Amino acid sequence: MSIRGRAFIAGAYEHPLREIPDLSSSQIQAECAAGALADAGLTFADVDGYFTDSAHGLGGLSMADYLGLRLCHVDSTETGGSSYIVHVGHAAEAIAAGKCSVALVTMAGRPRTTGMRGAQPAEPVPDSVFEGLWGLSGAVTGYAMAAARHMYQYGTTSEQLAEVKVAASLHAQHNPQAFLRKPVTVEEVLASPMVSSPLHRDDCCVVTDGGGAVVIVSPEVAASLHRTCVKVLGQGEAIKHTDSGRVDLTYTGAVVSGPRAFAEAGVTPADIKYASIYDSFTITVVETLEDLGFCEKGQGGKFVAGGALVAPFGRLPFNTDGGGLCNNHPSNRGGMTKIIEAVRQLRGEANEAVQVPNCNLALAHGTGGNIATRMASATLILGQEDA
Amino acid sequence: MTVPLPSPAPYQSPDNKEFWAATAGGRLLLRRCDDCQSYIWYPRPFCPACGSLKTSWTEASGRGTVYTFTVVHRSMIPGFREAAPYVVAYVELAEGPRVMTNIVDADPAAVSIGMPVSVVFADTGEGSALYRFKPA
Repeated sequence: MSIRGRAFIAGAYEHPLREIPDLSSSQIQAECAAGALADAGLTFADVDGYFTDSAHGLGGLSMADYLGLRLCHVDSTETGGSSYIVHVGHAAEAIAAGKCSVALVTMAGRPRTTGMRGAQPAEPVPDSVFEGLWGLSGAVTGYAMAAARHMYQYGTTSEQLAEVKVAASLHAQHNPQAFLRKPVTVEEVLASPMVSSPLHRDDCCVVTDGGGAVVIVSPEVAASLHRTCVKVLGQGEAIKHTDSGRVDLTYTGAVVSGPRAFAEAGVTPADIKYASIYDSFTITVVETLEDLGFCEKGQGGKFVAGGALVAPFGRLPFNTDGGGLCNNHPSNRGGMTKIIEAVRQLRGEANEAVQVPNCNLALAHGTGGNIATRMASATLILGQEDA
Repeated sequence: MTVPLPSPAPYQSPDNKEFWAATAGGRLLLRRCDDCQSYIWYPRPFCPACGSLKTSWTEASGRGTVYTFTVVHRSMIPGFREAAPYVVAYVELAEGPRVMTNIVDADPAAVSIGMPVSVVFADTGEGSALYRFKPA
């Protein structure tokens, strides 16, 4: 069973705030859910499928209760920041299988307000025992090791990585809600403080409170709505891990998720007009572009140099909202905002200066977990209604 | 480096307590599959290469090379924060597995990928020691 054309994204909503001391994460999700449903022209009573991560209670149960949802399908697959791109694929599968017809996906979190700390489980997961001893400080330490190895193996440079941030900042200046709106230069990125070599502060995404939601519907429901819908064409997902000590930091799970998504959609990387690429760090983008086939392995640094990612006329306009590097990375998870900006581009509703002309085919890619240990990659290919 | 790296005690489980007990005696053990002979990292009594439940401990040589590393300049972790800059690395053991660790007894600026290293043990004070590596 293919999901191609079997489901449509009818609504999308990104919470407008980036620092939210006075709302709970549950309330942010409620506001996002209401926003996405209103965008679609639907109500909470229409929702019969619900998809969310495991960050708020027992799977989706607590939020279903909070929102008063009456459901016949629920899925709380947890893959970190890529969860929501996984959820869209799973929602399309469920809709194609007749399990539900209006699927709501929500997420939110407040790391800017509440800090980065997480609860310690009574029995640590086994990998954490052997990775929690060395002073890894957040996700950046692992991504820095990946960047160092990529540089060693392929000759990638800090200047090339900085080009990713520069492109994101050029887009963010047009987004009134972006956390960082000031364009930066390669020189400014390299002059920002070194956090974990070779990654500087400006190679890292922002830490923001916030959230988002999307609504996926059956073709029949889509046909009944007034709003322009976006067609789900293909999705792929893959987990990559340390492989019993054979870990390789120079590629991601996108080497599996990408080809599967392209095959299901029946398109190639050359067909993609706009790409939302997960940008937890600049190196994440470079490795992902290679793994998805936008360039050859090891050539990602050269690919991003010289403005390839800059909208609207670069070779592959990316993250036109400013991405996680400049706009928003709510709950330390960038997958939801990647979907939402791809939907905006396909509807012709991106900020005017960065709207890609004739954008009929877009990709949204997520990288959850850590590139240096275990990750979940998810690739989603979307098209305009007639794609 | 003026402040030494802290040596937090690892969580000991039925799966790994023999591993940690050996570190306290200055030995680095590897789990190995009795059936397919694969080395298993991190240590567990299961072979993820072939699915076998028959595994045994062997002693590692303690030699390896740096597969990749980062110099952590800004750390959020109490104890480590004060010790920055310090080096987090993957070392590829002579036996094959790439293990996450610290490089110590070296100027962080002198650490490089491919550099030969050998194991040293840092006592946690709780019946275990952390396997770190220094230039060989």
